[in-house]
Amino acid sequence: MVRGPHGLRQAWLGATLLALGLSGMALAQAQPSVPPLADFFAPVTPGARAVDTDGFIQRWLLLEPINKPNRSNAVFTGTYVRQALTTRYFPGQFTALPRDGQVVKASEPLRWHAFDSKLFDVKLFNFAQALGKPKYGVIFWATTVVNSPREMKNVRLAVGSNSASMWWLNGAEAAALFDDRRMVMDDVLSDRLTLKKGRNILRGAVINGPGLSDFCVRFVDEAGRPIRDITTDVK
Amino acid sequence: MKHLTTAALGICLAAATPAAAQLAGEVFIHDPSTITESDGKWYTFGTRGGGLVSEDGWTWAGGPVRPGGGVAPDVIKIGDRYLVAYAVGGGGMSGGHASQVKIMWTKSLDPKSRDFGYHDVGVVASSNGVENLDAIDPAFLLVDGRLWLSYGTYFGSIQVIELDPATGLRVAGNQPVDVAIDMEATAMMYRDGWYYLLGTHGTCCDGPNSTYNIRVGRSRSVLGPYLDNMGQPLLKGGGKLVAGARGRGLGPGHFGHIDLGSGLEKFSMHYEADMDRSGRSVLAIAPLLWRDGWPVSGSNITPGTYELQSERSGNALQTKVDFVRIAFDPRRSFMAKPTDPVSPIPDQKLPDVQATWPSGPARVELAAFMVRPDQLWTVTPAPEAGGYFGAPFYKITIAGTDRALAATSSGEVEASAAYSGAAAQLWRIDQLTDGTYRITPRTKVAGIEDVALVAIGTSTVTLARFDPRTDAGRWRFMTP
Repeated sequence: MVRGPHGLRQAWLGATLLALGLSGMALAQAQPSVPPLADFFAPVTPGARAVDTDGFIQRWLLLEPINKPNRSNAVFTGTYVRQALTTRYFPGQFTALPRDGQVVKASEPLRWHAFDSKLFDVKLFNFAQALGKPKYGVIFWATTVVNSPREMKNVRLAVGSNSASMWWLNGAEAAALFDDRRMVMDDVLSDRLTLKKGRNILRGAVINGPGLSDFCVRFVDEAGRPIRDITTDVK
Repeated sequence: MKHLTTAALGICLAAATPAAAQLAGEVFIHDPSTITESDGKWYTFGTRGGGLVSEDGWTWAGGPVRPGGGVAPDVIKIGDRYLVAYAVGGGGMSGGHASQVKIMWTKSLDPKSRDFGYHDVGVVASSNGVENLDAIDPAFLLVDGRLWLSYGTYFGSIQVIELDPATGLRVAGNQPVDVAIDMEATAMMYRDGWYYLLGTHGTCCDGPNSTYNIRVGRSRSVLGPYLDNMGQPLLKGGGKLVAGARGRGLGPGHFGHIDLGSGLEKFSMHYEADMDRSGRSVLAIAPLLWRDGWPVSGSNITPGTYELQSERSGNALQTKVDFVRIAFDPRRSFMAKPTDPVSPIPDQKLPDVQATWPSGPARVELAAFMVRPDQLWTVTPAPEAGGYFGAPFYKITIAGTDRALAATSSGEVEASAAYSGAAAQLWRIDQLTDGTYRITPRTKVAGIEDVALVAIGTSTVTLARFDPRTDAGRWRFMTP
């Protein structure tokens, strides 16, 4: 009966419990402390960063979440997600490479943060939670610079995200993950694409209703092997 | 093969209506030899001389030449030569069991080739007509540089001898070893340390009343003892079933192994009676499966409507369209009392969802199977487009629509707007040795060899090189 890990079940049961007047039981317990950013992220170090041994990209610029209320992930059809993630929320959203600490004007001021993920995936939920920002009903934006030592043809962007997401490489749509999704490695792969020699700009947007949110991204070759000889940076 | 009658011989040139999902063209033959590639074409030879040739394993024609007459030849390629074994005499024909197994060689099986030309090697086995032996139905096996030959019929034992692969002659001093009874039309295979002796049980050469069926035993030694799955020795009549009558094909016999590479194995045989071709003896090809170390006949996909399930992720192939919810109030499930009345909810149907689909092509993806209209695929044979080794090409359409699974020019996959019969919309569906299926586009894809439908992610499918070492290119056709 669970529709994903996002808490549709919890939300529904919660609403039921509230209706039954039982919500006070939870309030009797002490609130645990929020896991700090340092559990999941480290400050960016000077110089480009290699991808991890499996090719996952760990260096990212993450924008504080854009408010996009959704009480359920059930609405994340392709049509909805495409509309939601191609809407312009702030200047330079699809073109500019942001700087660490830069504040953009969305419906409210939102700051870009440069981090190295300590994990293969990027814990968006914990990023928002640790900053005291909304973590449910939001859209996250992520950007990184992929440095390729040579032109690489017929590679694929391999993405897993929680929940739906869209990804663009050098301004062109590369992958779209629709519906209520869990984050698993190599969930959706792009069509064959080309990494230019030198800098490539990779952008992603992840939409979340209730529940956790994260993503993992790597490039793989025609045989599905991870591409490891690329580096990433935030400038 | 005993009491072979003229009616059963594959020498008639009269046209016949091809049976659905069977081989096309001229397929009449009895006792086909192991199908062997030469000069880019595939050859099999039968009793009394001659044989069949094909460029794709689906459409066959007469034309091959095998001198010497006699019965039930076999062919093996060793180095740059094809060794051909055949038997003259015996088989119960004219009431006799005196026979000789002869060997000859040629460097090509194509009569038009400059390398074509048979050279006699000599007699390697015989029966004198009095002993309990009928030296016919020879079959080669080459393992680790050693060449073996099995032969014999129900009239006595099946025997194995060793030949010199360089000359085709019997190894000096070699003595035949009895390995089975109650068999004829034997063949041998070697796999994972086991030798397999296959042969035919039942009655030959009686059209639709022939009870021929293919059996097998195995041994760690080429000279036996061969036992079946129940431990019964083949020397006492044992034999595990490999292939029996199926559909309109009756009396399968004369097994021949076909290893097409990349984990795809098939076998040739003849049906004593093709009920769609006047009950005549015809060449047939079926998938070969391996289960718990035993060979068994697989089957071509049955026309019908299926979930196409990826063996990689277990997810189902579907068109990438908006998910349409089935109207449902969760309280109906979670808050209802056990005694509340229940009623069926209808399946989601095409009219419930089609309005949300694009009018043009839609890409395809993999997702959890939900018995939804965009996940149900109808598989329909398209024999008019040809086929490949025992199976016709197929079209694969969204059930109830004309939207056909198609290869794109960029090597991706989509559900096209409509079926046109183009090569990009036709597929080979070959059953692999583990029972799953490989799905191969008829069209070539630039830059990709041995291309197939492959799951490259949990939810992503494409056209890529088939890798038999993984589950990425394996599919199951599941009844919804």
